[in-house]
Amino acid sequence: MSLTLDDVRRIARLARLDVSAAEVDTTRDQLNGILSFIEQLQSVDTTGIEPMAHAVDVVQRLRPDVATEPDRREAFQAIAPETEAGLYLVPKVIE
Amino acid sequence: MSWEAVIGLETHAQLRTQSKIFSGAATAFGAEPNRQACAVDIALPGVLPVLNREAVACAIKFGLAVGAAIAPRSIFARKNYFYPDLPKGYQISQFELPVVSGGGLTIRVGEQEKFVHLTRAHLEEDAGKSLHEDFHGKTGIDLNRAGTPLLEIVTEPDMCSSAEAVAYAKALHSLVTWIGICDGNMQEGSFRCDANVSVRRVGAPLGTRREIKNLNSFRFLQAAIDYEIQWQINEIEEGRKIQQATVLWNPDSGETRAMRSKEDAHDYRYFPDPDLLPLEIAPAWIDEVKASLPELPQAMKARLASDHGLSPYDAATLTATRATANYFEDCVAAAGRENAKTCANWVMGELSARLNREDLDFVAVPLAPTLLAGIVRRIADNTLSNKLAREVFDALWAGEGKDADAVIEARGLKQISDSGAIEALIDAVLAANPKSVEEFRAGKDKAFNALVGQVMKAAGGKANPRQVNDLLRRKLAG
Repeated sequence: MSLTLDDVRRIARLARLDVSAAEVDTTRDQLNGILSFIEQLQSVDTTGIEPMAHAVDVVQRLRPDVATEPDRREAFQAIAPETEAGLYLVPKVIE
Repeated sequence: MSWEAVIGLETHAQLRTQSKIFSGAATAFGAEPNRQACAVDIALPGVLPVLNREAVACAIKFGLAVGAAIAPRSIFARKNYFYPDLPKGYQISQFELPVVSGGGLTIRVGEQEKFVHLTRAHLEEDAGKSLHEDFHGKTGIDLNRAGTPLLEIVTEPDMCSSAEAVAYAKALHSLVTWIGICDGNMQEGSFRCDANVSVRRVGAPLGTRREIKNLNSFRFLQAAIDYEIQWQINEIEEGRKIQQATVLWNPDSGETRAMRSKEDAHDYRYFPDPDLLPLEIAPAWIDEVKASLPELPQAMKARLASDHGLSPYDAATLTATRATANYFEDCVAAAGRENAKTCANWVMGELSARLNREDLDFVAVPLAPTLLAGIVRRIADNTLSNKLAREVFDALWAGEGKDADAVIEARGLKQISDSGAIEALIDAVLAANPKSVEEFRAGKDKAFNALVGQVMKAAGGKANPRQVNDLLRRKLAG
């Protein structure tokens, strides 16, 4: 599998990455390089082996259902670009 | 050729936990904006999610209640999209390997029963809230709701009318509140439905569907689906094709309208979340949850019908919510099993009507079940007629008297069931109304009712009506 320039532009847009026209070619080549490594991995026969969902073969630790986090709104909002009436303000999103 | 609709529902039930699904922030409703949004919820760099055990227990409970399979191993995935109410840039959800799969619910529309199959139910986090007004051209973001645990419950496209969809939504609402995993508060958004609707000629392959988002009342669900079905039929009959779309219901205009959807909006690029390890649920945990489950509505319905000889309709009404069922059972326990039918009549009749009128529900009934049972017992032993019982009910509702007997005593409401006393009243009435007696003997049945009325009047409404009838007939015959 290899990516076209359009694929690269689309992926960049979905990830909100600003890949400039000058960078598109290099990015495509690098991504295709990664994909070719994956192709090599896929040539290994994995019949009958259950796929892993995580690189580490352990299971999820669970947390007791207790509210432990204090209210730190003032500290968090001190580093936000803009706030008002306790809300974070962002450029208008219309749906 | 006629049309048929094909409907599937996706319901988001907010789980009743103290803390969020992946963080230790509180989930209480109504807090000031962003006071319950911690570093994980606002997605500060470097934070990691840790799964809430109780959210998983709720999912297991649900799975058991609908006869579904609980996955021994399930995984969490990132659903990627950019929107400021979800500052991570993705929602943690489940994609492959959800925690619950299969199962279903029995619904009833009129006399028809139907089994609605569930595809799956998976755990995920809720997003925050965007406020679009009043911020000088900007959007305000409140992340208190971000990270609240949700169970998304997805049906197969098994329903074919808005009535079936509403019956399913009500049955599901009753079940999730019954087993205590969701508070069911639709105004606060704890239970909201998305409806996938398509139409086709009867027997034809499936049509293209449109998804109506965020229906937070049964009434809207019904109206939106009805509108959407008719809209799609009109489009096709006028030669247009249905485009797959996400639409919103506008309750003011009574129409659905397509959301302005950006290209790629549905390209979520799911992948397993590397921050979370696979979730393993051991059989012992499932057994433990199973042991904690209350009797389920279907089972209780069957038991009430067989134990007390109630009709399927009565049994279904009494098990509409767990609070109703508990009230009824407490009432029967105090009134005696032989009076179960009278208890049922009062719970479904006078009591329900009163709760409705005062905008209350069975969770907070001002009248304790033992007090209603006291009234029922006095109806059973003929102390009270139904009319007098209603008077006692009103008095107890208003907080007058400590129980039915105290009200009967204080108001002198005791029904006259002493046949000697009733006969004396009848004799006096017959003597005073010779004309009615003559008319009755001449074959006018109406005259009998007039005489009954006179006796009841003389008794101040307190004579046992059946005894008055019997004794009067006997006297007139003799």
